[in-house]
Amino acid sequence: MKKLTGKKVFNGVAIGKIYFYAKKENIVTRTKITDTDAEWQRYLDAREEAISQLTALYEKTKKIASEEEAEIFNVHIMMLEDEFSDSIENMIKTQNVNAEYATAQTGDNFADMFANMDDDYFKARAADVKDIAERVISILLGNQSGETNFDEPVIVVAEDLSPSETVQMDKDKILAFVTKLGSENSHTAILARTMGIPALVGAADVSEDVNGKEAIVDGTEGLMIVEPDKETLENYEKVREQNRRQKELLKELRNKDTVTKSGRKVNLYANIGSIGDLNSVLVNGAEGIGLFRSEFIYLKSDSYPTEEEQFKIYRQVAETMAGKKVIIRTLDIGADKQVDYFDLGHEDNPALGFRAIRICLERPDVFKTQLRALYRASYYGNISIMFPMIISVDEVKRIKEIVAEVKRELDEDGIQYKDVELGVMIETPAAVMMSEEIGKEVDFFSIGTNDLTQYTLAIDRQNQRLENFYDPHHPAILKMLKMIVDNGHKSDCWVGICGELGADLELTKTFVEMGFDELSVSPAMVLPVREAIRNMD
Amino acid sequence: MVSFNYTITDEVGIHARPASLLVTEAKSHADKITIVKGEKSADAKKLMGLLSLGAKQGEEVTVQVEGETEADTLVKLEEYFKNNL
Repeated sequence: MKKLTGKKVFNGVAIGKIYFYAKKENIVTRTKITDTDAEWQRYLDAREEAISQLTALYEKTKKIASEEEAEIFNVHIMMLEDEFSDSIENMIKTQNVNAEYATAQTGDNFADMFANMDDDYFKARAADVKDIAERVISILLGNQSGETNFDEPVIVVAEDLSPSETVQMDKDKILAFVTKLGSENSHTAILARTMGIPALVGAADVSEDVNGKEAIVDGTEGLMIVEPDKETLENYEKVREQNRRQKELLKELRNKDTVTKSGRKVNLYANIGSIGDLNSVLVNGAEGIGLFRSEFIYLKSDSYPTEEEQFKIYRQVAETMAGKKVIIRTLDIGADKQVDYFDLGHEDNPALGFRAIRICLERPDVFKTQLRALYRASYYGNISIMFPMIISVDEVKRIKEIVAEVKRELDEDGIQYKDVELGVMIETPAAVMMSEEIGKEVDFFSIGTNDLTQYTLAIDRQNQRLENFYDPHHPAILKMLKMIVDNGHKSDCWVGICGELGADLELTKTFVEMGFDELSVSPAMVLPVREAIRNMD
Repeated sequence: MVSFNYTITDEVGIHARPASLLVTEAKSHADKITIVKGEKSADAKKLMGLLSLGAKQGEEVTVQVEGETEADTLVKLEEYFKNNL
């Protein structure tokens, strides 16, 4: 048994035989050409063939992955069209060299240029340039770069795989990809993710002598285990079976309603922390977004994000969700999320400090920029706004005054927006006690159980010494939840949970019975929670 | 020649896909279009050069337009940058 490590690309477990994919080497020699025009024409013919191959790959990728992934082949076509060919023409005509040599040299030059750039994304483009050069050279030499076919499904191991090699392989016969080189940003990695195949890149210790051996690829841990022992194999077979079941569940439940057997419907939404999570929201069939943590926009920025920057992001989310509900929480900076340019200064007790809505109310300019961006984006979908860390009715009234001001200004500027539901996070014991009164001011409540638990039990979540005292199912919390639902409903609010507790399958039944209208959970938990609700009477 | 400055807001910068779209847009104008970032500059109608700028989110580029319809093209490109990059 031998363990090799690599960078994780796509989760999942694959078990099978290794097929070591050895690239066909194109051997390029330099020869002197007398009829340079004819040689240039020979290149042009090869280029035309390359473009038709790339067009075919574009179509194939669009089918097995997505248009976005296929786009790389259009980029390859475009790369072939300009400077790349100019350089080759120049070499053939001024240095009297053969087309193969000119192509190889040009490919190396451009690949070096990319490899020397200081950004990982652009560095990875060197592989694309090499890929197109190799393609043209293969055509010039009359080498087949045809499809690679296997008799049985295999784990494909290679030094490196170009995007076109990855796509050309028969997807049904591939259990996993493992490459010695390559980065997480390579198109091969992206394709593996889109195709849903476990994959590792940068597995430095991989060599050709693994060919034909039995192996396990653990994409979740970034491991390849060659010739596993019996016990390891059995463990992984179990994991693989679990994954398979999860996938089936996914297929089966993705487009189903979240409704109990007796017909009670619960809105099942997903929590997201950035635009990058949108795909998993859709893949897991969430009915909307119940908590969009807008802080990430502030956290990744070096200065206050502008209205325009924020608007673009909110609009993209609203449009992607195509009319489904998107609840965006206004910035929740402070406590464990610090941003330098906010200049908040040191606090002895940040969890009880200057954070979230408190910052917004003290710095209305920052707050208004965000609200304006949110209202502008509301025009493009179904946006709701939610305010964190509320402790009093008065705060909610002040927020609503500022909202009214923002709407007035948008009216004056002639900018369109839609009606937006306003809600508050219930995450302080004060808000729980005042929930009936607060409910009269807003459209909905969403309970942040993480903070509510820590404030109610007086237990710091980060403090490991308190683990024995911490009970997420503490009766005080459950009583509070019931009180919030009842008070919310009395004041015509719908009530949901967006904290971690919302995904606790042991409590799903309790929540539904308490009368919760909505649960918002991490994308990966949407389907298990849906299954639990559908199994309820 | 006319020009404008633009700070890239797109999360990924001018990477392969946006660059290829920009090339297509640039080719629809007859004028000469040059993108300048620091000491580097590239013809907006040529993909490799454009990529070699390595323009990322938050970085400023200057877009220069030169030709008979430069004023008109400039306005259209400004709009294009705002909407796409």
